[in-house]
This record gives sequence, C-alpha cells and structure tokens, in this order.
Amino acid sequence: MIEVKDVRKAFGTQEVLKGISVLFEAGKNNLIIGKSGSGKTVLLKCIVGLLTPTDGHIFFDGKDYVAMGMNDKNEIRRELGMLFQGGALFDSLTVEENVRFPLDMFTKMPMSEKKDRVNEVLKRVNLVNANAKYPSQLSGGMQKRTGIARAIVMNPKYLFCDEPNSGLDPQTSIVIDELIMEITEEYQITTITNTHDMNSVITNGDKIIFLHEGSKHWEGDKVSLFESDNKELIDFIFASDFLKEARDARHDRLISKLSK
Amino acid sequence: MAEYIHASGGPIFHIGRYILMIKRCFTRPERAAMYWKETLRQMSNIGVGSVMIIILISFFIGAVSAVQFAYNLSGSMVPMYYVGYVVKESLILELAPTISGLILAGKVGSNLSSELGTMRLTEQIDALEIMGVNTISYLIGPKLAAAITMIPILVVISAITGIFGGLVAGDLTGYVSSVDFTQGILMNFVAKNIYIMLTKAAVFGFLLTSISCYQGFYAYGSSIEIGKASTRAVVLSSIMVLIADFVLAWLLLN
Repeated sequence: MIEVKDVRKAFGTQEVLKGISVLFEAGKNNLIIGKSGSGKTVLLKCIVGLLTPTDGHIFFDGKDYVAMGMNDKNEIRRELGMLFQGGALFDSLTVEENVRFPLDMFTKMPMSEKKDRVNEVLKRVNLVNANAKYPSQLSGGMQKRTGIARAIVMNPKYLFCDEPNSGLDPQTSIVIDELIMEITEEYQITTITNTHDMNSVITNGDKIIFLHEGSKHWEGDKVSLFESDNKELIDFIFASDFLKEARDARHDRLISKLSK
Repeated sequence: MAEYIHASGGPIFHIGRYILMIKRCFTRPERAAMYWKETLRQMSNIGVGSVMIIILISFFIGAVSAVQFAYNLSGSMVPMYYVGYVVKESLILELAPTISGLILAGKVGSNLSSELGTMRLTEQIDALEIMGVNTISYLIGPKLAAAITMIPILVVISAITGIFGGLVAGDLTGYVSSVDFTQGILMNFVAKNIYIMLTKAAVFGFLLTSISCYQGFYAYGSSIEIGKASTRAVVLSSIMVLIADFVLAWLLLN
C-alpha cells in the first residue's frame, strides 16, 4: 500500500503538484490519468523518488519514503519495479542481460538459478527466443515486455508503469495492458500506472485518479468514471463531440458492461 | 537526484557538484564483480579502442619532430645524433602525454559524454536509480579507474611509436642515420622523466574522463543538449589538460 499525503512539488515559482493526497491499495491496478502537463509524470517521479516533493509525505507500507535516508531508500527501491515510457533498456546489454541485471547486482544467486529466473519471467511476458537480442533489434512491444520482465524479476511489491502504451499500436497496447493487469493480480503487487490511454482505463482501472492542473479532481473506478459529472473529467474522456454523442446514446449499456 | 540535473548555476555551483560527483564515485560498490566487469569493458573501450589512433598520430608527430629538428641543426656544429635525443626527450616529457591527452579528450571525452547523456535522455540512468544502484559510482567510477589505468599505457605506446617514427623519418629523408638516431635515444637516460610522463598521463586521464562524465551525466533536455554537452566536454577537458600540463611541469621539474 502506498499513501501519498498532501504532496506538493514546485519547480522555481511554478507549482506543478498542488497538495495531492491519495491511497494506492495493494493488489490493485491504480491509474493516474490526466491531460499532458497535468502533473502525472511528476507525481509518479515523486512517488518512486526520482524527484523530492517540495512538501508532503509518501508512505510505503507506513514508512515515510520522503524523510528516510539514502540507504533506507535504496532498501525500498529494491522492492520497486518500473516500466519506463521508452523501455529504458540498457543498450549495451542483451535482453537476457537486461532482465538479469538486478539479479546480478543485488543477489548472490548462482548463474544457473539466475538464468532460470530470467527465462521464467521472459516466458511470463510471452517473450521467448529473444534472450540474445539487443534492444535495438526489438520492436516497441517487445521492448515494453522486456521492460516488464526486468521490472518483475526481483518479485517487487510495487510496480510503476509510465505511459506503458505510448508508441504502440492498439492491439499491442491491449496485450501490454492485460499483461500488467495479470501480473498485478498474480503477484498481488501495488501497481501504479500513468496513462492517458482510454483502453487502459477501461481494462485496468481498479482505482483511477484524475489530475487536472496539478490537483486531484476526481477519484473512483472504471464504472463510476462514466457516471461522473466532473466537467474536466468528461472533457478529458470524451474529447470529441462524436464520443460525447456516443456516450449519451449508449450510456446505460456501457455502464452495465463495465459493471460485470 | 533529478533536481540536481535540472539545476543550473555559475562556476562555483558546477565545481561543487563536480567535487560531490567525484566523492560519490568512491563509495562502496553494491557488488564488486559487476563493477569489475564494467571496468574491464571500459578498459577495452578507452584503451584498446584508442590504440590505433594513438599509434598513427604519435608516429607522425615523432617523424615531423625529427625532420624539423634535423633541419634546424643542419649546418650547425651540433652532432646529428642529438636529433634522436631531443625527439626522445620532447616525446617523453611533453608530446606523448599532452598530445595523447588532447586526442583522448576528443575521442574518449565526446564518447563518454554522449554515452552518459543518451543514458540520461532515454531514462536508463533513472532505471538504475530506481533499482537502488548508486549511479555515479557504477557509471563513472569504472570509467575513471579504466582511464587512470589505460591512458598511461597508451602514453607509453605513444612515446615508443613517436621515437620509432622519428627514427624511420630521419633515415628515410637522409637527415639522420638510424645509427646516429639510436645513439641519441640511448644517451643521458633520466628515469625521472618517465615518472613525470606517467604522472601526467594519469592526471590527464582523470581530468578528461571526470569532466566528460560530468557533462554527460548532468545533460538533460533534447539530443541537441547532448551534442552541446559533448562539445563542452571536449573543450573543457582540452583546456584542463593544458592547464594541468603547465602545473605539473612546474611542480615536477622544480
């Protein structure tokens, strides 16, 4: 469980996060949605510790991550896995070496065990026969799957995904969304995904936070999302008039389908 | 960490951040074997990868030095074997370490800076930080260790190749025979000069690597910024190599 308490972040005089409080529950897929520039990435970076909040607290299972020292932070960080927007795979390493990297760095497992673990997670993300390939030889979807494999190889308690569908075609996006959802349920981890892909919202939104201009404007799940009368949220989801008309015409059917 | 990347300031800010970066390079590694593996990779990149260019340039520097000095001596009372002696001394004391330092500031400096800058831009450094890796220690420490080890070796190769180049050029042009040139090489050997050469090489290696890594590690923004960081790395490294050359010559020769 991750609790964000009144987190503020400013760059100079520009306040990007304006006091956000939210509870991300364990075993659930938590989504942060919002327009570009709404503060999603800054919030995610504050939670994982790449940015330090100007004010506020972030608790990982009750431990104040903002206040703790570097050594304690590193202990928590070994329980985090993160999927980056561009994959962030190490160019000079093969797929196998990329996924094995955290095991090489932080465990004393024998090489045979490490290889078994790598093959297990690569199989889990449906990436077989790619062990010897370099990131430059992979498609966007394969890079994302390698990134997920690397993020889960240490059995993390928390998984963070920054725009997991960016640059992917709709079909591959669905595959990645389903994979994130399955992994969250299977490993009972706390997943926080930063997205503006509406397919992800419908597929993975156990809990959804909507950010607008640095503030939390709405919180709920994928069913209540379509019943909300929050103007900014409606404008964000139904960006075009066509979508708004479609929603009005099929509103009841949509809600009953999502509720199932 | 990211705050420090986006921060900017005057020279004092950069010097302070540079010193803190160097200090963090010497923290205890998470896993020594991984650092050792990375050091070997960097030794290959910096050392083996630069041998050919060092040999090529040093050979011609030695050759040109021999021909020009022989030209200056022609018609004088000074015996021609002094060409060998002067080429040897100038290469050991000055040309081999300084020219190698400047070449490596361009080749290795831009390479290290753009490698780290690209890692920053593509979030590879963020990925390492989130894993709990001390990124400065892991990414910069092995590069410094490799440079301090390999650059003195490259400078020795440079000195030997330069002297050989002088010998070949003297003989080919007919200014000074290989026998005279060899006599000049063997006369008045001062072991301290080798120590000065190696000290200069190690200091230049440290400076050009740390400055280039600093520029790359703290690069942010777009690919244009990485290009600018590489340019800054080469220019600053070259200037610092020349300043250090003067300071070391002053300190070590007195």
